[in-house]
Amino acid sequence: MLEAKNISVQIGEKTLLNDVSERFEPGKLNLIIGPNGAGKSTLIKVISQQMRKHEGAVFYNGENAQGLSERKMAQMRAVLSQNIDLAFPMKVWEVVMMGRYPHFVESPRQIDQQAVEEAMSFFNITDMAERNYLTLSGGEKQRVHFARVLTQIWYPKEGLNRFLLLDEPLTFLDVQYQFQFMHKIRDLLKSEDLVVIGVVHDLNLAARFGDLICLLHQGKLLASGAKFDVLSKENIRTVFQLEPVLYKDEERDLVHLFFE
Amino acid sequence: MKGFSNQSKPWLMTMLILMVITFIFSMKLGAVSISWDEIQSALSKWMGGEEMNLQERIFFQIRLPRALAGVLVGASLAIAGVLMQALFRNPIVEPGLIGTSSGAAFGASLYFVLGAVMKFNAGEWTLPLAACLGGTLSTVLVFLLSQNRSSGKSSVVALLLTGIAINALFLSGVGFLSYLARDPQARSIIFWNLGTLSGANWISISIIGFVTVVCLIISLRYAKPLNALMMGEDEAVFLGVNLKRLQITIITLNVLLVAVATAFVGVISFVGLVVPHLLRLMKGSDNRFLLLGSALMGAILLSLADLASRLLLAPAELPIGIVTSLVGVPVFIALLRKKQYFF
Repeated sequence: MLEAKNISVQIGEKTLLNDVSERFEPGKLNLIIGPNGAGKSTLIKVISQQMRKHEGAVFYNGENAQGLSERKMAQMRAVLSQNIDLAFPMKVWEVVMMGRYPHFVESPRQIDQQAVEEAMSFFNITDMAERNYLTLSGGEKQRVHFARVLTQIWYPKEGLNRFLLLDEPLTFLDVQYQFQFMHKIRDLLKSEDLVVIGVVHDLNLAARFGDLICLLHQGKLLASGAKFDVLSKENIRTVFQLEPVLYKDEERDLVHLFFE
Repeated sequence: MKGFSNQSKPWLMTMLILMVITFIFSMKLGAVSISWDEIQSALSKWMGGEEMNLQERIFFQIRLPRALAGVLVGASLAIAGVLMQALFRNPIVEPGLIGTSSGAAFGASLYFVLGAVMKFNAGEWTLPLAACLGGTLSTVLVFLLSQNRSSGKSSVVALLLTGIAINALFLSGVGFLSYLARDPQARSIIFWNLGTLSGANWISISIIGFVTVVCLIISLRYAKPLNALMMGEDEAVFLGVNLKRLQITIITLNVLLVAVATAFVGVISFVGLVVPHLLRLMKGSDNRFLLLGSALMGAILLSLADLASRLLLAPAELPIGIVTSLVGVPVFIALLRKKQYFF
């Protein structure tokens, strides 16, 4: 389990996050939503400890992240960001192998090779293994990074959770890729030791796939819970200042949003 | 899908063989040619502690150290090039461009001009130490001044421009010192700025050799974090890299490699730029391969450049820095013009 306790972030005069607390359970898809400037990406940066200057604490498996080294964190927590690129040409499999860096010292072991191969076949990129990463399309690149990030936490550890953080990884992707990714994540969540926390821009995508939805508003956690509770007319109106039309179908477990 | 070692071994082996061949030519050719028999007898006499004749002494005290200097200095400059390019995530960064060599030359000049006056003296180590201090000072200056105040990151443009400014500053310092200097000192300073391997002796070789080997071994341990850095600083941290420690280590290694080599053989530019680029063309950008390969390729290229500097105007000599610049400048311009390297 991952727990964020009383997270506040202040930069100069500006309060980016104000006393946000939340528990993120394994086996569930936890999604953070909110308008620009609400503190979504600050929150995920604090959770990933990319941002270490904050009040409050983040607990991984009950351990305060502030006391963990970068390497130790990297062995259990992987982050998929948007729009990553390489400065120099590399082969696809070499990029995926980077995910194993926190685990081996000199050269990859058998078990690292195996993780790379399995993750690559999970994302159907085995055919690209020998291609130059820089020649890939945007969707292909993101698949490579998804595979890389997963190899980082490929093997479960007994009694401990693994953590996958998604920092708006779908922003620049077409809708079919977005759905492919979400379904892949759903597949991954079948192993019940994986904690997934993601920032998503698209409310309907969050409504379609999220188990726990955290709605941020002006640095505060306005609501969190199941989609039927969080995506209420009042909440949407408060946060986005738009009048929503909600289409709810509890039988098929669907919520859809339109704006007038 | 094969591991790293299987794929790059043939390349590394080929380069190793080429290096040995170049080394042999570098031992034999020059103003005076040395035969196999002379090499053999010089080595056996050295082992036995016997007196050598003139040819043998030329080989053992001049030619062999010089050939070794070509190998070691070439390797150390090329390794430094790989390290800087990886750290700044940019293929056009070169130790000379970010002030290290001009700072080192300034430190060395200062030693030449003021060395006799200053109380400070550390024997054979004084010169490399002075050069190291100069190189460190200039590199750190460039690094700090080019950092964006709000984000704390260096943009490449800022880095190169700051490098130009600091280079100019330290070179004018070198100019001022040579203006002050009397004849023998002034000659030493000029020799600095052009570079030559002709002054190599066993002491300088052992120091350069020690520094090169130690720095290469340490660098190899940082190949993985440097690879991760290709994706940017944030991604590297996500992969478990301690960024501050990485930056400090890499800059320290760079300063050591460049400043020590520069201290003994003068400013030799563009080796650190051209060599890693050639290797990238061969086989991607894995830094472990680049480091090992650059050490070999740098050794080969600098030995060849030294041969050219000895043979082109024989029996006179051309400073090696001129040879490397003649080859390096076109490559640098070609790199700049290549689309993918624009920023």
